[in-house]
Amino acid sequence: MRRLAEAALDRARELGAGHADFRFERLRSQDISLHDGKLDSARDGEDLGFAVRVVHDGTWGFAAGVDLTPDAAVRVAEQAVEVAKVSRPVNFEPVELADEPVYPDVTWVSAYDIDPFEVPDPEKIGLLTEWSERLLSADGVDHVDAALEQVLENKFYADLAGTITTQQRVRLHPLLTATSVDRASGSFETMQTLGPPVGRGWEYLTGTGWDWDAELAQIPEWLAEKMKAPSVDPGSYGLVIHPTNLWLTIHESIGHATELDRALGYEAAYAGTSFATFDKLGQLKYGSDIMNVTGDRTVEHGLSTIGYDDEGVRTQSWDIVRDGVLVGYQLDRRMAKLRGFGRSNGCAYADSSRHIPVQRMANVSVQPAPGGPSVDELISGVRRGIYIVGAKSWSIDMQRYNFQFTGQRFFRIEDGRLAGQLRDVAYQATTTEFWGSMEAVGGPETVLLGGAFNCGKAQPGQVAAVSHGCPVALFRGVNVLNTVREAGR
Amino acid sequence: MSPQETVERALALSKADGGVVVATERSEANLRWANNTLTTNGSMRSRSVAVISVVNGAAGTAAGVVERSAVTDDTLEDLVRASERAARDAGPADDAAPLVEPYETKDPWEDGPQETSIGVFSGFAPALGEAFRRAAGEQRLLFGFAEHVLETRYVGSSTGLRRRHTQPTGKVEVNGKSPDYSRSAWVGQSTRDFGDVDVHGLDSELGQRLGWAQRSIELPAGRYETILPPTAIADLMFYLYISAGARDAEEGRTVFSKPGGGTRIGEQLASAPVTLRSDPAEPGLECEPFSATTVSFGGLTSVFDNGYPLRSTDWIRSGVLADLIRTRAWAAKTGAEPAPMIDNLVLDAPDASASVDEMVARTERGLLLTCLWYIREVDPQTLLLTGLTRDGVYLVDGGEVTGAVNNFRWNESPVDLLGRLAEVGRSERCLPREWNDYFTRASMPTLRIPDFNMSTVSRAS
Repeated sequence: MRRLAEAALDRARELGAGHADFRFERLRSQDISLHDGKLDSARDGEDLGFAVRVVHDGTWGFAAGVDLTPDAAVRVAEQAVEVAKVSRPVNFEPVELADEPVYPDVTWVSAYDIDPFEVPDPEKIGLLTEWSERLLSADGVDHVDAALEQVLENKFYADLAGTITTQQRVRLHPLLTATSVDRASGSFETMQTLGPPVGRGWEYLTGTGWDWDAELAQIPEWLAEKMKAPSVDPGSYGLVIHPTNLWLTIHESIGHATELDRALGYEAAYAGTSFATFDKLGQLKYGSDIMNVTGDRTVEHGLSTIGYDDEGVRTQSWDIVRDGVLVGYQLDRRMAKLRGFGRSNGCAYADSSRHIPVQRMANVSVQPAPGGPSVDELISGVRRGIYIVGAKSWSIDMQRYNFQFTGQRFFRIEDGRLAGQLRDVAYQATTTEFWGSMEAVGGPETVLLGGAFNCGKAQPGQVAAVSHGCPVALFRGVNVLNTVREAGR
Repeated sequence: MSPQETVERALALSKADGGVVVATERSEANLRWANNTLTTNGSMRSRSVAVISVVNGAAGTAAGVVERSAVTDDTLEDLVRASERAARDAGPADDAAPLVEPYETKDPWEDGPQETSIGVFSGFAPALGEAFRRAAGEQRLLFGFAEHVLETRYVGSSTGLRRRHTQPTGKVEVNGKSPDYSRSAWVGQSTRDFGDVDVHGLDSELGQRLGWAQRSIELPAGRYETILPPTAIADLMFYLYISAGARDAEEGRTVFSKPGGGTRIGEQLASAPVTLRSDPAEPGLECEPFSATTVSFGGLTSVFDNGYPLRSTDWIRSGVLADLIRTRAWAAKTGAEPAPMIDNLVLDAPDASASVDEMVARTERGLLLTCLWYIREVDPQTLLLTGLTRDGVYLVDGGEVTGAVNNFRWNESPVDLLGRLAEVGRSERCLPREWNDYFTRASMPTLRIPDFNMSTVSRAS
């Protein structure tokens, strides 16, 4: 790696690059899926390669290759400079990067106990089979789909300034879905496990960080109740939203909206822009006074957590919303320089050696209230409402105003008590109105770190894994739809 | 080691009961821009080798799939052995089927992989620079992306089957906005080689649409007569297509399941005689003519089906559901014919010849959309989808576009929409907006829906 890096960076310097970085990546992945307890698919992957990114005559140039020799690295560096030259006629904004201290030869490894790639496949498949059979044996469960995604990511980065980083992190996501089918009527419902994807090792599947046995034991009962549940009456409700649902609303309506590249139009043709434009920094009332949001790439087991980003910036944590007001953005080095932030907060990421780093999401989290209420205490304060658990369908517009979410379980709240499940629920709101309606946030004991493996952004499309922590929270007067009526039935 | 040598050597090294090797060489080049200037670019090459080992056991047949990039002569045997271990560890596969036997093909197996480079934009980039200057002079901002990919795939099987295909895939998307971002328009085009991309023409169309938006009109949520252009229909039909698995339908858990059991094949879905089909030989939309996959997925794809020849398949014929996506294993279980996924989609109707402009001209009052965005499933039972309108909703009054309307969140099922067709226009090659990361080969008509459900107003512009 180092020989390749040296060869590529030397060549880039010779060709006149003002900035050059070399990134070598190895991504090991394994996806296992079962259908009704039988193996549907097991695929092992190893994606290996390197990339050279240059700033030449004020223009980016990026190239990637797979032949792991110094000669090939030199050729890829030359290609990157060539790409910059071809692109120069359409570049009218010279690239400049925010300064960052040099980190000569640092290493970082994420927090995990057992490398999932060291666990024999029969043990993994056996566990998923046993879990599937447990669910299939319950009354009312007709089908079970089980999936396990695992990733081991190695990144090596070196740049002309002298920073060299070597990093490794692990993440995995188990997911089981039980389906109940009423053949006669043709209706069906599903219920998924809610254990979030995490930056942990195999220990996560054997009891560390999530109680899978307890959750699997309850799923058939929840599913049976959902099959018989009444359809929701659409209207305005108080919503108590569990972190297993709220993380996704945070992701879409705060996480993406506070990416500075979006706010500046860099994603306008694809992922979209943001209503939280730069001129509103320090002024925009994002939500109620109790709303406090942080960005970080440092929280233990977070999916976005890493020591140094893909531009050699040491990762940090910072405020995004304080007392309900927008006070910060997620940045990379170019964005930081463009808007005078002085330093990037370390959000550059590329999902493989084949892709150029872009600003990607940090772990964006809503903070709990010290000494705040429990779930039961929040529910007790609602006369007519819905308690929402688990995420399912999501959609939000290209400026992050208008969103619509569904969930796994919806419990009717009547006079401060849960009164059985509802079906066909979706909640729909505008971002600032929704967060402005947040009346209470739970205490630290209600916080959970949710997240996703599959956040998409950029062209060519890149995926990123990211976590979002939050407490349970109470929202007033949120518009609830009946999805069957929306379908015109 | 050439890809062909890699395939032959891996098959020779195999000690499994059977196997398939898929070697893929990919080259790509891209340019991306925003605010009338370049933002990112790239020229990338990648190479992967997937070894699928098949092991017969007392309980059934198992497959082990291991895929790696940067495979060399020295590391190939390790890859083959890893695949064999994976097969032995896996246990019986739900989608097991005999590997595809050889058949006659005209593939140029001996040919090397084809490559693209940043040079594919040698004519496009200067024209884009010119468009930037023109746009700046006319108070417009341009955003967008151009990409060209050449992927050559070699599939070899222990049965003796050999197949090779080079797939060119290209696209260009241009988004035009007013300086305050309040007006927005989009045009997109798929291409095989960028020789047919007219930057000036795309930019002119953006200019016309931004001109339409000089007058803005606020409309509330509700059901509107709506003209959906081919791009929007492509995104809706793609979702319908990937939801059309035979296995899940027969298990009673999709919109294509029949109450009481079975599927809705044979049922009239559409109110007009439309046909939805896939054909690897469709002119202008040519795609891989055989199955090639390194993952079995959800009853839609199977690694056992690698190399299976694809032929024109009607999914909906004259408005009637004609077939569902079916692996060979599921076909064998259910006594039906295999119907593998094919990488293109055509929706058309006999004698449908109207263009968008002609359909607009005979509209008393309605909405003309540009494209749909952030499409997600809300209810699989009806295939109810939600999403947003994007980059131009226009009010049509008295046969003319009279201004731009606010965006909406919509809730609709593509299956229900087919049952409410008021008019079908001529099918045209188009670029899906939402799904063009994965799916670029489509020909769709413009459709008129009398009562499209705009659920709420979106303030996004």
